[in-house]
Amino acid sequence: MNIVVCIKQVPDARTVKFDQEKGTLVREGVESVINPFDYNAIEAALELRDAFGGQVSAVTMGPPQAQEAIREALSLGVDKGVVVSDRAFAGSDTLATTYTLAKAIEKLGAPDIVICGKQAIDGDTGQVGPGLAVRLGIPYVTCVNEMEILKGRNVLRLKRMCEQGYDIVEVETPLLMTVLATLNTPRVPSLKNKMRARKADIPLWDVSAIGAEPGRTGLAGSPTQVVSTSVPTFDAKKEMLEGEPEEQVDALVTRLKEAGVI
Amino acid sequence: MLEVNVDRCIGCGECEEVCSFGAIAVEQDVAVVDYDSCTLCGTCVDTCPEDALTLERSDEVRDATDLDTWRGVWVVAEQRDGKVATVTYELLGKARGLADDLRVPLTAILMGHEIGDKAVDIASHGADRVLVVDHPAFAAFTDEVFGNTLVYLARQERPEIILAGATSMGRSFIPRVATVLETGLTADCTELSIRKDDRALLQTRPAFGGNLLATIVCPDHRPQMATVRPHVFKARPATENPTAEIINVNIPEGLLKSRVRVVESVQELVEGPGLTEAEVIVTAGRGMEDKKNIALVKELAELMGAGVGASRAATDAGWLPERAQIGQTGVTVSPKLYIGCGVSGAIQHIVGIQGSEIIVAINKDPDAPLFDLATYGIVGDVKVILPLLIKRIKKERGIP
Ligand SMILES: Cc1cc2nc3c(=O)[nH]c(=O)nc-3n(C[C@H](O)[C@H](O)[C@H](O)COP(=O)(O)OP(=O)(O)OC[C@H]3O[C@@H](n4cnc5c(N)ncnc54)[C@H](O)[C@@H]3O)c2cc1C
Ligand SMILES: Nc1ncnc2c1ncn2[C@@H]1O[C@H](COP(=O)(O)O)[C@@H](O)[C@H]1O
Repeated sequence: MNIVVCIKQVPDARTVKFDQEKGTLVREGVESVINPFDYNAIEAALELRDAFGGQVSAVTMGPPQAQEAIREALSLGVDKGVVVSDRAFAGSDTLATTYTLAKAIEKLGAPDIVICGKQAIDGDTGQVGPGLAVRLGIPYVTCVNEMEILKGRNVLRLKRMCEQGYDIVEVETPLLMTVLATLNTPRVPSLKNKMRARKADIPLWDVSAIGAEPGRTGLAGSPTQVVSTSVPTFDAKKEMLEGEPEEQVDALVTRLKEAGVI
Repeated sequence: MLEVNVDRCIGCGECEEVCSFGAIAVEQDVAVVDYDSCTLCGTCVDTCPEDALTLERSDEVRDATDLDTWRGVWVVAEQRDGKVATVTYELLGKARGLADDLRVPLTAILMGHEIGDKAVDIASHGADRVLVVDHPAFAAFTDEVFGNTLVYLARQERPEIILAGATSMGRSFIPRVATVLETGLTADCTELSIRKDDRALLQTRPAFGGNLLATIVCPDHRPQMATVRPHVFKARPATENPTAEIINVNIPEGLLKSRVRVVESVQELVEGPGLTEAEVIVTAGRGMEDKKNIALVKELAELMGAGVGASRAATDAGWLPERAQIGQTGVTVSPKLYIGCGVSGAIQHIVGIQGSEIIVAINKDPDAPLFDLATYGIVGDVKVILPLLIKRIKKERGIP
């Protein structure tokens, strides 16, 4: 089985700061980590491989330092990884991202299963998985919470979560799924894989390596444009309700009644 | 566009066999494409042994004059099992204003099975037209059937704006539509307006877990597409005698096929409203100390008609199901009132609640970060405060 996981390097929420005046992200001192949901995507891929054989490839589009994300994936047991990296990819929105990732995945060879995280915590769109599946011409299932392979039939039975409950769906490979954090518990790196990861040669693929049309990548290939950014201000009243517990509760109920919420 | 090179095509029929949409067939020894059914998925291109098929995913729109041929505002009405999602009414409320600014009609797209009576309901909330697609293929939700249908309708009618709810359903199939139409899609918008000079839709959304707001436009492609968070916009009151046109549309059968098969759909009995829909949410954190104290949170929630949320610490402890988890790796909520009980306010939790109108923090540690975000803060023990609050609200409601 040929399994591909898409992982994204994102700024660590714990180290991110925002410049209130300029309305931008302060990039200094921000550490990069693998998008939390993508650990679950990696784990799902490894579990499928361990049970059914085959190999897992990790793909990321990002700056050259995204090699660190691939290295971490290798230390978790992923077989090989590639960074799709070119200045021409900068400024990609989800449409350009899915185009680029699809080109890279096609170069890796036809996948049986592609796994993405439910969403990335920076962009936070959840659009890359579905869009990528469309580009690859394969069906997809989002928000997967449980998975099971129906043996010998190349059919996956998946639990797809939604607001009201869940659906159980069946789909034949090839397919793409986006996974929730509750699907599994990611493993920790083994010593052996850590060693292998440290020595691994991680290829960087540019526009020509994946045979992409430059006009369809990066900013040029992105229909959406950001016109402005700002840091939201919370006009939180920050009123501390003082006194004895009874008085605190009384003050709260009064205010909530005034606001018309109870 | 999918092109057939007639010189190369040998009429073998491989493409016809693999097409899930019945969009390509061999006629007189050569493949013929039915462009109304074709979703440009490319499966046939890869299968063709003669390389006779090519997919030129040329953009639907390039030159600016073409932009003007796209007119009208669309709202994708969401329903499951005949129940219309509240975000649909909110979208209609907002879209009505956008359509008026643009001086174009507002159309709602209602897809489902045996949902005819819902069309009037939707019409009464501000739509000028309701396109109803009623077919057994929509009985269960699949990305392909819903997505292909919307693509088909959009190509026929060319709306300039398509809005849908940022629900699990909208966030799943709307990206399919945007990708096939090769246009921009802005996820999870919290503000929408029209730029007067060029009719562009200004789409504002939180990024980086709500720490940054970005305003986005889609200048050269149509339709302009966005998903919108529930609870952000206000629904309009229903009108008594809606004058909207209700139009039943038929979709080519070939588009109503899905490679994903829904075997079972389960509505889980969640106590109270679902979190993304709830107007009030009472959230339990580690500070609830013990599973048995969760009963206090549930009782308060029930009294207030509220949803029950949890911090990750509370779901990790097994006090509440994982689906109750709010935050970066859980759901994002935007209720009118959020009450955090023994929740510290870690950044990963806070990013999920920033859309709340009123935030109440109850915590015994006066330095808990949630107090920085709270509208009202109570420093105290949840085991003391919650019973008092329950008693007090019961008194308000005249419940013994
Ligand atoms: C990658 C990643 C993703 C994450 N995603 C999420 C997420 O989506 N959602 C989420 O919630 N968390 C998430 N977390 C975890 C998050 O960092 C916090 O650990 C978690 O939110 C803490 O939950 P808590 O506030 O209930 O517990 P704590 O931080 O332990 O806070 C408990 C609070 O209760 C107070 N307290 C204790 N006893 C009482 C009492 N008797 N009365 C009143 N107050 C009391 C304490 O003062 C304290 O402030 C994530 C973490 C990581 C690393
Ligand atoms: N640049 C990228 N490289 C690789 N995978 C990505 C990239 N961006 C997004 N993804 C994948 O798509 C998922 C959803 O991301 P998003 O649509 O940006 O919220 C992530 O969890 C990743 O699996």
